[in-house]
Amino acid sequence: MKATTPRQDLVRGIWKENPVLIQLLGLCPALAVTNSVENSLAMGLATFFVLLGSSVLVSLLKKWIPKEVRISAYILIIATFVTIADLVLNAVVPEIHKALGAFIALIVVNCMILGRQEAFASKYPVGRAVLDAAGTGAGFLIALVIMGSVRELLGNGSFLGVPVFGPDFEPWIIMILPPGGFFTLGFILLGFGWWKERKAQQVRPRRWPHGVTTEVEEAA
Amino acid sequence: MSERKLPMAGTSDGAGAGAVEPAGTASSGGVGSGSDASSVRLVGTLAVAGALAGLAIVLVFQWAQPRIEIYQAKVLAEAVTEVLGGPERYETIFLEDGAFTAAPRGDTASMDRVYVGYGADGGAVGIAVAAAEPGFQDVIRVLFGYDPATGNVLGMKVLESKETPGLGDKIEKDSVFVAAFSGVASPIVGVKKGQGSGLDAEVVMITGATISSRAVIDIINHRLEAIGEAMTAYWASRPLPEGEEGS
Repeated sequence: MKATTPRQDLVRGIWKENPVLIQLLGLCPALAVTNSVENSLAMGLATFFVLLGSSVLVSLLKKWIPKEVRISAYILIIATFVTIADLVLNAVVPEIHKALGAFIALIVVNCMILGRQEAFASKYPVGRAVLDAAGTGAGFLIALVIMGSVRELLGNGSFLGVPVFGPDFEPWIIMILPPGGFFTLGFILLGFGWWKERKAQQVRPRRWPHGVTTEVEEAA
Repeated sequence: MSERKLPMAGTSDGAGAGAVEPAGTASSGGVGSGSDASSVRLVGTLAVAGALAGLAIVLVFQWAQPRIEIYQAKVLAEAVTEVLGGPERYETIFLEDGAFTAAPRGDTASMDRVYVGYGADGGAVGIAVAAAEPGFQDVIRVLFGYDPATGNVLGMKVLESKETPGLGDKIEKDSVFVAAFSGVASPIVGVKKGQGSGLDAEVVMITGATISSRAVIDIINHRLEAIGEAMTAYWASRPLPEGEEGS
């Protein structure tokens, strides 16, 4: 394994190791709150904030956190940031806070965040931890907004609440219901997998079409 | 004895993390000082971390709480204005010992309450009542205006609902359904579309959202059953504004 450059630290989470589209982490919020672009943005930004804050603290405190209790300490740090995000959202954008409901509190158990602490922030200096968290957080945000855009456009005929298709459009209501989340994620993953496989075949035509894991290792 | 095991757990975790995070070197192993950490140090670290986390949350809470309360008061004021048709001001009255009073003796925090709206001439125009009951998905909270003199409902607004988007949530968005609550006699009777017989107490339920519509109607009826008499009694004996001789 080679050492990575700062740029790779940042970009990795956005594309090659996108938490939702590649690692399939954090699917619960990705399915549950992406019924509108606004909710997706709020959820993505809240998660971004929690991930960034937790990574900075974990990276700074890594010398003082005994490894026997590191998971408890990470969860404590994450839970603190989530509670802060919850209170701030409730005070600043109460309507969105109401729409996201319990899913803000559930950021605590988003395995993507704990995963970054254990795999990255606890091993690297704070600068790289910030880049990694920013990249992963941005990747999560982008994935959520893609899903939110598709679901709101089809399910409500609007984008960020602004009608797009005019009054004659009959919304596909199922797209903003829970099944629509699964449909959207399924089609996005299908498209992603197809694109990756095609790319892999172009590079190495005889390559075993095994998909995600091999590709991630290859990427590093 | 656990200290012998834990470093191994740490190493395997490092390897596991390496699979997810190829850039991370598994050989760097765990975090922290090593395997000689005493229980006191472990507990102490978590206690200090917990105390600091608690302090941070309290500080943010103190900043956020007034803002949250202002918002909630604003939402309530807007809703009261809407269901009472734009009163000049409103006053909160509390249910104490079975009767409503504007000046309760006990602690108001646990008391049931309603909001009396007053018009520009100082006369009371109606009472706004909050009520909540389970709907199709979750609890629906509504606020409705009530005129104890006539027994009519003056208006209805859904404060909170998680009804199905596109179907049940029409109880908030369907203007015909919402408008039907203005001036309807109580107890309200829910009828299906095209089956009404023109009674004053009829509200036509939304096609495709019958359960949610029925829930809103039941919430209002049940609430009126429970406190309607107390409101009527308050209305009859309420302090009249100066220069007015009853209504």
